[in-house]
Amino acid sequence: MLNELGSLFPMTQRMTLRASGARLAVLLTNELSRLLRRGSGTVAGGRVGLRLDPELLSHLSAHRAIVAISGTNGKTTTAALMRAAWGSDVGGNVTGANMPAGHVAALAASPAQKFVLEVDEAWLPHVVRSCAPDVVCLLNLSRDQLDRASEVRQLAQRWQGMVSAHPTTHFVANASDPLIVDALAAATSVTWISVPRVWRADALSCPRCTAPLHFNGRWSCSCGLHEPAATWRIGDDGAVTHNGVPVSLTLALPGLFNVVNATFALAAGEVVGVPAAEAAPRLPSVETIQGRYGIRRFGQRPVRLLLAKNPAGVAVLLDDASTVTTEVWVAINAEIADGKDPSWLYDAPFERLAHHTVTCLGDRRLDIATRLDIDGVDARVVGARQDLEQSGPLVTVIANYTAFQEWMRETTPW
Amino acid sequence: MVTIALLYPELLGTYGDGGNARVLAHRATVRGIDASVVSVGVGDHLVDADIYLLGGGEDGPQRFACEALRSSSFAERVNDGATVLAVCAGLQILGTSFCVEGNDAYAGLNIVEAVTTRGATRSVGELRTSVAGVTLVGFENHGGRTTLGDTSPLGVVEHGVGNDGAVDGFRHHNVYATYAHGPVLALNPWLADELLATALGAPLAPHRSVADELYAERCRAVSAR
Repeated sequence: MLNELGSLFPMTQRMTLRASGARLAVLLTNELSRLLRRGSGTVAGGRVGLRLDPELLSHLSAHRAIVAISGTNGKTTTAALMRAAWGSDVGGNVTGANMPAGHVAALAASPAQKFVLEVDEAWLPHVVRSCAPDVVCLLNLSRDQLDRASEVRQLAQRWQGMVSAHPTTHFVANASDPLIVDALAAATSVTWISVPRVWRADALSCPRCTAPLHFNGRWSCSCGLHEPAATWRIGDDGAVTHNGVPVSLTLALPGLFNVVNATFALAAGEVVGVPAAEAAPRLPSVETIQGRYGIRRFGQRPVRLLLAKNPAGVAVLLDDASTVTTEVWVAINAEIADGKDPSWLYDAPFERLAHHTVTCLGDRRLDIATRLDIDGVDARVVGARQDLEQSGPLVTVIANYTAFQEWMRETTPW
Repeated sequence: MVTIALLYPELLGTYGDGGNARVLAHRATVRGIDASVVSVGVGDHLVDADIYLLGGGEDGPQRFACEALRSSSFAERVNDGATVLAVCAGLQILGTSFCVEGNDAYAGLNIVEAVTTRGATRSVGELRTSVAGVTLVGFENHGGRTTLGDTSPLGVVEHGVGNDGAVDGFRHHNVYATYAHGPVLALNPWLADELLATALGAPLAPHRSVADELYAERCRAVSAR
């Protein structure tokens, strides 16, 4: 805390008195919150600071190099890979609090000149306006928690407005996602990445004219909207090329979707001055993301926790062979943070678990069991975690947001 | 043999609506009845089916789906007695008019007398209704307020909003319409069986499964107000 207060002074010279006071309030609130053990306090302090100075995000981000990362899936992982790719002394909202209160708290507590911000999709226009990031990564847009967030096309329209207001911002974006391509129509500086598609149901009809899209290698619509030529390409086999030249990439994280996340980090790295050849060797240092992917201990049993909050998230996990070679447990809740409506289970390709016996857990275990039963997957419903086998071979736990948090609390690092 | 047509899933499938087709096929198959699910895309010829499913969608795609249906033989098939489940945007399309992209009224298929305007607030949350004394549970997420003319509602609202806070959906010939979106047939196995029995013209043998436990759990979780 004393160090943090000490670092206030150099910044004070560049900030208004009001902003400096607000920053101090952020730090004090968070310290108090930690002392009272009311969680990590990152959001509480940020809220206090924004109340005192609504422009605090803008003041705290001035004079820093900022990479913002947004999209439905892969934000947290891509942000971690970007911090690694960028070298040393890189700050970030590492707790995953990805709205302005979380950004303010992270920025107030860190003097880092290089900062990676993971940003909630709905808040991205606000953050771009406040922080003027050097690069904005747009990973993908798909259905997520529809009972809370605006539907995906409305979100894309808000992004379109953001791009019109900031056309010269540099974007690193998914060329295979029609919603993102349409949103970026007015952007003048874009690095496009071509991404293999395992789930595209949200983008079957044209975001501009609603006519059905044609897929023939690249996608296009009769209205003229089409897939732009990408300088970075990821093949179905996970091979990455940049301007046609193969990029050597080894990751500790599994799955094709993490190759996609890593490619975004490399492409954004190039924009902020880190050549891919320099950044790529740093990426294997990222081994787990807030407990995900790493092996943890449940009683005497090794478990691997995977987070999946929406159909596209489940699709990429079940597409990865390493997921389906172990026993699979699926834990589904429907708290506010998860979205109160688990209808999305029917858009996720759980039929890929056919021939497994899948254990169904969480508040909505009967919903997932019914979903699996319909597709002929053998479902076992278990109400209490203590009734699960706490010894045996590796088990993969696929959980949505609050169920994942519960599993993090119930397990320890291996 | 029962053929289930999923209409324009690329336009009307926002909330797991494809799940309803899977449920119908599954519940027919476990009774020894062959079932096939056919997806009808925009530009495809409307297939001959026993049950047609219309799901939820966003404004632009909803308008596009309405046009595709208008230029097809769908209305004649409904009048000939085809069984239909229409959910959310699908419900609005079958009516007289609906609002998309602001407050502009857009002509529906006029199969039933139902006018949908834009409500002051969005209706988001659990929906529970009584359909001729049987509880229907689901989740609604829509901005529409639907006023029925000379058409019977499907259910009386016990929790949530439905059409207007009092009633939900409508029932017309063999058309069932509700604001309970997404996999409403997974949550309400009795309604899935009723649709199958209507389409087949014969009652079905009882079938117990985990879906019955889910239905009982949702009925407990969402109490009548």
